[in-house]
Amino acid sequence: MKYSYYPGCTLRTKAKALDVYARESARLLGFELEEIENWQCCGGVYPLGNDEIATKLSSVRALNEAKEKGQELVTLCSACHHVIKRVNDDMRNVEDIRQRANNYMQLSEPYAGETNVLHYLEVLRDRVGFEAIKEKVVNPLKGKKIGAYYGCLLLRPGRIMAFDNPENPTIMEEFIRAIGAEPVIYPYRNECCGGYISLKEKELACSMCEKIMDSAAGFGADLLITACPLCLYNLNAGGNGRLPVVYFTELLAEALGVKKEAGNQ
Amino acid sequence: MQRIGVFVCHCGSNIAATVDVKKVVEMAALEPGVVHAEDYQYMCSEAGQSLIAKAIQEKQLTGLVVCSCSPRMHETTFRKAAERAGLNPYMVEIANIREHCSWIHKDMEEATRKAVILARAAIAKVNLNTPLQPGESRVTKRALVIGGGIAGIQTALDIADAGYEVDIVEKTPSIGGRMSQLDKTFPTLDCSACILTPKMVEAAAHERIRIYTYSEVEKVSGFVGDFTVDIRKKARSVDMDKCTGCGVCQEKCPSKKTPSEFNRGLNNRSAIYTPFAQAIPNVPVIDREHCIKFQTGKCGVCAKVCQAGAIDYEQKDEIVTEKYGAIVVATGFDTIKLDQYDEYAYSQSKDVITSLELERIMNAAGPTKGHLERLSDGKPPKEMVFIQCVGSRCADERGKSYCSKICCMYTAKHAMLIRDKYPDVNVTVFYIDVRTPGKNFDEFYRRAVEQYGVNYIKGQVGKVIPQPDGKLLVQGVDLLDNRRIMKEADMVVLATAIEPNPDVRKIATMLTASIDTNNFLTEAHAKLRPVESPTAGIFLSGVCQGPKDIPETVAQAGAAAVKAIGLLAKEKLTTNPCTAKSDELLCNGCSVCANVCPYGAITYEERQVNDHGIREVRRLAVVNSALCQGCGACTVACPSGAMDLQGFSNRQIIAEVDAICR
Repeated sequence: MKYSYYPGCTLRTKAKALDVYARESARLLGFELEEIENWQCCGGVYPLGNDEIATKLSSVRALNEAKEKGQELVTLCSACHHVIKRVNDDMRNVEDIRQRANNYMQLSEPYAGETNVLHYLEVLRDRVGFEAIKEKVVNPLKGKKIGAYYGCLLLRPGRIMAFDNPENPTIMEEFIRAIGAEPVIYPYRNECCGGYISLKEKELACSMCEKIMDSAAGFGADLLITACPLCLYNLNAGGNGRLPVVYFTELLAEALGVKKEAGNQ
Repeated sequence: MQRIGVFVCHCGSNIAATVDVKKVVEMAALEPGVVHAEDYQYMCSEAGQSLIAKAIQEKQLTGLVVCSCSPRMHETTFRKAAERAGLNPYMVEIANIREHCSWIHKDMEEATRKAVILARAAIAKVNLNTPLQPGESRVTKRALVIGGGIAGIQTALDIADAGYEVDIVEKTPSIGGRMSQLDKTFPTLDCSACILTPKMVEAAAHERIRIYTYSEVEKVSGFVGDFTVDIRKKARSVDMDKCTGCGVCQEKCPSKKTPSEFNRGLNNRSAIYTPFAQAIPNVPVIDREHCIKFQTGKCGVCAKVCQAGAIDYEQKDEIVTEKYGAIVVATGFDTIKLDQYDEYAYSQSKDVITSLELERIMNAAGPTKGHLERLSDGKPPKEMVFIQCVGSRCADERGKSYCSKICCMYTAKHAMLIRDKYPDVNVTVFYIDVRTPGKNFDEFYRRAVEQYGVNYIKGQVGKVIPQPDGKLLVQGVDLLDNRRIMKEADMVVLATAIEPNPDVRKIATMLTASIDTNNFLTEAHAKLRPVESPTAGIFLSGVCQGPKDIPETVAQAGAAAVKAIGLLAKEKLTTNPCTAKSDELLCNGCSVCANVCPYGAITYEERQVNDHGIREVRRLAVVNSALCQGCGACTVACPSGAMDLQGFSNRQIIAEVDAICR
């Protein structure tokens, strides 16, 4: 199975690990991530101004390219996923934005939200299947107690993201079970890490991250996983260091026995 | 040729503000058959009706068109007025220029054009109307009450006391309903069981009340005054006549791991059980799904210990068919499921409970014997937080748009009872608004605040966060103080929205009674006929019609009983003459009409016909006008055009359409 893939800027710089482990694992699991050409930064934040379309165009270009190839579009970074998914929803449902974006783009055929956007985790759950992953695990992470940290961008707004139950998600816990570890459910797993506020009010972000870490550690986690480079940064920089934080793809590669190959890249 | 009079109503400004009524009169007067047209401010008033009567006599009118509100509102009024003036009531047609026109349009010119068209259609129809004569049908002097909660019990008692036979059909093993699960009742704080059980006993002992528990309505046919109902008596596996209610079987039953429905799953019951100690009848049932004997064949302990020999594993479901003149729906409510509200951690912590669960905890016969304690560790709480409007007054699709109406009062009750019995427990209530209209209600709430020191915070809760040490952190806002609140609690109680019992959909379909988008049964008129369904002979009692507390439920139950009694007291009912009729010369006996008839009103007979001189015996459809409800399904299905509905003939409908398209 071949998917269009949108990595995003951070996965080329700070978050290389998120990307390389994902690609290597995909190869082993039998699906291909075909990077779209000339992708541009998603903007990092979903533009709320609905009288402004320039900030939405990068997403539209990526979405349209996937459409032209007849592929689903896979993302990995929570922020990119959030932006692209919401812009896609706009293109599908908001007449005004759709019309103005298309007027600007001058595509051979107008884009109207036809592309299906999938997060890598959704590919694992809905296309590959966690049961199938379980069978391919050669190095089960037995005895590891892992707290899934969802953050907010993957889950909300729930109706548009349609990723999981925003108040009681299960996809990452299922993932943790699939790679042989034990999920730790803690109430702060879907709370915000502070996001970009860490640039302006570092202390506020720190206090939010500390709460997340304390809660996870309190319920017995000895490791946190995330899909978001910014969450990872904030938790590491602003948390109290009680728990290590890694990308979920790293553990996936480790469980599938391809961590070394990926590391060599 | 008809002589038609057209009467255009202003309805105060309801119609006249949006529709140019003079213009409607002017245009209507030009239509074929119209010999008189006028407008008046309130056509339904005494004076308006006199205008109509006067015109009928002076102009020798043979048909009327009243351009006014919905026929559901005043068709009967105008038909009666016409009848008094010597005109056949079925020569009256209503053009609905209020609900279908003035109320939904803003532009006067457009609305007037539409009103003229609607009038034209009605005039075209009246031109083809023929006088119809209603028939008569009998009334079976027995009522059926569906649901054995306080609503059903009260309705049954009132009907029976008036001298009529009543049957109660209750789905669970005992009557009593939700009220039997409650501990104390607001605003008097008297014990729920103490006021309910005497009524249960009275109903059970009443010579004119028959109670079918563990039974469900399976099929309903017939119509007002003459319903035929199949009741499924589910196999109890216990002989009602032999059982003495000693309770030994329940004690000895080895299967004791089924969550108790009565205690909201907070503890377990045996497979053979009565829901609660005061159950009526005091005869247990075997829950076959959880019974070891039924599942594996090996057990039979209850049969061995039963001195009376009442256990009967061979018992089968039984269908009882009964006739009724009136049916009262009293199917009640349940609390909503909370899977859409995971932010309150109901599924994650045992110490987050619903208010109904708290009723069971507070009840001396409940799972904790009336001791207030945390279900996780059995410790007494020190801090309790109540969250109101969980799923009620909800702006999105997760919950209910309506106010559940009872929660503000029972939350005040819970808070007060806890502060009274455990003065060292702090109680905080988060609310959107406190709504306490009702006799002595606001005084009751103020007592909770002023006398018992309950801490009321205006604001909603965003999240309940279970802590590693077992405490709950409640994250909310105080809107009056404009600040975020983090409050540690030992227990959180959710005032969960109520919704109609899910079975009501099935029952409403059987009764052809309408329900709204929230599954509440619809009244015939929101203000003037609040306890009747639009379907004749069906009455509404209790929360199945809308959220209400016990006093309101009892009042409505009595009102529903009075309406049912009013029906049962009649010897004969006049029937609607707008029934189907088959033209024997066109009918080819194909049976299509009989197959689509929902009332079983069409049969076939072999009869000789004279078809333009040819005499032969043919198979022909015959409509039983007593059973026909005039739905028109057969007229649409009939391939040869033989079936026609009197008062709504194919010609009349086509004439209306032609008039609209003209």
